[in-house]
Amino acid sequence: MTQNIQFIPGSDACIEGALYAGCDFFAGYPITPSSEVAEGLAAALPKRGGKFIQMEDEIASMACIIGAALAGKKVMTATSGPGFSLKQEGIGYACMTETPCVIANIQRGGPSTGNPTHVAQGDTMQARWGSHGDHSIIAMTASNLQDVFKITVEAFNLAEQYRTPVILMFDEATQHLREKVVIPEPGEIEVIDRIRTKIPVGEQYYPYLTDANGQRPMSDFGAGHRFHVTGLHHNIMGFPDVSPANVDALIHHLVDKIENKANELARYKEYYMDDADYVIVAYGTTTRSAIQAAEDYRNQLGIKVGVLELQTVWPFAGDIVREKCANAKAVIVAEMNMGQIVNEVKRVVAQPEKVFFSNRVDNQIIKPSDIKAALRMITGKGV
Amino acid sequence: MSDTEFDVKKYIRAQFFPQMWCPGCGHGTVMGALLRAIHDLGLDNNDVSVISGIGCSSRISGYLDFNTAHTMHGRALPTATGVKLANPNLKVIVPFGDGDSTAIGGNHFIHACRRNIDITAIVMNNRIYGMTGGQYSPMSGCGVKASTAPYGVPDRSFDLMELAKGAGATFVARTTVYHAKEAQNTIKKAIEHKGFSVVEILSMCPTQFGRKNKAGEAPQMMEWYKDNTVPMGSKKLADNPDLIQRGVFVDEVAPEYCETYQENVIDKVMKKG
Amino acid sequence: MAKGKSIEHIIDKSWCKGCGICVHFCPKQVLELNSDEKAVAARPEDCIGCKLCELRCPDLAIQIIVKEGE
Ligand SMILES: Cc1ncc(C[n+]2csc(CCOP(=O)(O)OP(=O)(O)O)c2C)c(N)n1
Ligand code: SF4
Ligand code: SF4
Ligand code: SF4
Ligand SMILES: [Mg+2]
Repeated sequence: MTQNIQFIPGSDACIEGALYAGCDFFAGYPITPSSEVAEGLAAALPKRGGKFIQMEDEIASMACIIGAALAGKKVMTATSGPGFSLKQEGIGYACMTETPCVIANIQRGGPSTGNPTHVAQGDTMQARWGSHGDHSIIAMTASNLQDVFKITVEAFNLAEQYRTPVILMFDEATQHLREKVVIPEPGEIEVIDRIRTKIPVGEQYYPYLTDANGQRPMSDFGAGHRFHVTGLHHNIMGFPDVSPANVDALIHHLVDKIENKANELARYKEYYMDDADYVIVAYGTTTRSAIQAAEDYRNQLGIKVGVLELQTVWPFAGDIVREKCANAKAVIVAEMNMGQIVNEVKRVVAQPEKVFFSNRVDNQIIKPSDIKAALRMITGKGV
Repeated sequence: MSDTEFDVKKYIRAQFFPQMWCPGCGHGTVMGALLRAIHDLGLDNNDVSVISGIGCSSRISGYLDFNTAHTMHGRALPTATGVKLANPNLKVIVPFGDGDSTAIGGNHFIHACRRNIDITAIVMNNRIYGMTGGQYSPMSGCGVKASTAPYGVPDRSFDLMELAKGAGATFVARTTVYHAKEAQNTIKKAIEHKGFSVVEILSMCPTQFGRKNKAGEAPQMMEWYKDNTVPMGSKKLADNPDLIQRGVFVDEVAPEYCETYQENVIDKVMKKG
Repeated sequence: MAKGKSIEHIIDKSWCKGCGICVHFCPKQVLELNSDEKAVAARPEDCIGCKLCELRCPDLAIQIIVKEGE
């Protein structure tokens, strides 16, 4: 069989990933630089019997995918900047009601309208804490388009498996870049659907009861189980219950189901890490420049620089970062923001004073030279 | 259509009764009318989905033994749009408050009307924010006293019928909790209607609206709806144009959203291959 | 009571909140609130089975059962 090789922009890699994962419902509102995802799915979904709807705003789009997910669909929305802010209440509702959904946030310069057509990574903390109240979240990203495809499939898998919103933190640069992407054959990458209850219709079904396998099997509106969903603190039956013991168990569940699985959820890549004396921690587009900087230092100076690319941004892979940075003389965190993941890295490594920061917030992609400037300062040698 | 006796217990989650609403809260009467309408239509509980927002009124979803969601303030209609488009076989009903539907959810309301998606919106209009302690809503009306309008509301209010009509809803009706049988029959027609239907039911909040406006207890507030509303086009309007009209203001056939998406989009592109 | 009809008033006292709506609007003054502020059928023989009380009760607390021809 000939391979399905495509030369496509990042938005298409994301779309192909969503389709591969079985996404059959998309609701959105146009915003640069995420609109291509909506446009692509508007064309692709109906061809497979899926549905696309353009809503009146991002709040409506978020609510709409939650409704469709309750009725059994694999759902997605895509947005950017101001639109991501508008979705936050709905993201919290999806966390609270344990409704699987994927939110692509194609990051652009902020705050406010900022810069619609240029790159940034300023929403890293917003992805984690944008919605009010204690909750946890999965957020993922990638630095090349083959990985954009793969991580998008994973985002759907994890949303379904963990009954949670998953945020794709791509950015303007990966969306508009064109690269070769090999679309795998069906079955090559595992596609996971939510576990549905085996309780026969007519018998009592509890939408939030954890079974012996640690799962909370779902049902769909219309499937005959007739359950209730609320954003109020609720019990295993889905009904409001504000008793302290119940609320305590609920909040712990919402946080623990993700934070306790941080190692399992961690997707990361290592470049030249085996013998690295210096480690660059990067995620998303930034990784590309980090790899170039590492190669330059190795090839031209013989200084062993490695790159740890975080594809799972949240939950933060603290154990892995600590372990991978354990032998480093210094760690450089490269981000296109004023410092968001750098503080997480400092929090987990043994010697936070050895963590340095390389950033850019001028809407320009961080360059290898930016990271090399930090390496020069640390190592005393430059290329 | 159902020929069995109406038994309310078939449609409610009786373990949560008595419900949380205050004595004489009109929202309970709306709930009764809705359940009788569903019974009259002979709908199976499994085929009904009730999606509400946030407010005293929106607590209705928890009491009903259907596929139910109590969503976010103002966001019931977009959530319901997702449910309906995902599973057009469900009868989707959205009962919510005047604040929920016309203030924070006003934009969603007009767009649901415009799309003509087959959802029945039941606006439980008590002209106040009951849940949060009696602040004024876009439906309170000029001069009404509210906790945030101690000197009387300065805003003019929406005429929900005109709003729904202007936005493209294809079934638009108003009734009151005093006219409980009429409410039941109107809801029944609205659910039967294919397309977006709006039923405004003038409800009452004796606790917040009633006290602040010296409107009396629940029976007196119901009485007010008897005295101050008339059937559409009544001759009494000539003498007193301030009377509120009840009735079905719009009932027309137009392409429904889910069907249009299926026929004009999915079926067409699938045929092309 | 109308001839050939038997009418039963089933009032769930734990659901009734004593709002008085049913009492106020009963066309035949059949209903009253008792000392516990619960609705009771004080003059059931006057009931015409119009069910207005049942339809308006916000608490779904009244059921009127009309049996014909007994
Ligand atoms: C985003 C948001 N803003 C404000 C609130 C607070 N709030 C809860 S209910 C409500 C108003 C409810 O009024 P209405 O919809 O008329 O319902 P009622 O209680 O009168 O039945 C408000 C403002 C909220 N829950 N969420
Ligand atoms: S506050 Fe008003 S709207 Fe809320 S339950 Fe009481 S009477 Fe009803
Ligand atoms: S209307 Fe219902 S709640 Fe009110 S007094 Fe009568 S029976 Fe009780
Ligand atoms: S059925 Fe009619 S007459 Fe009989 S108690 Fe109820 S309101 Fe009164
Ligand atoms: Mg209100």
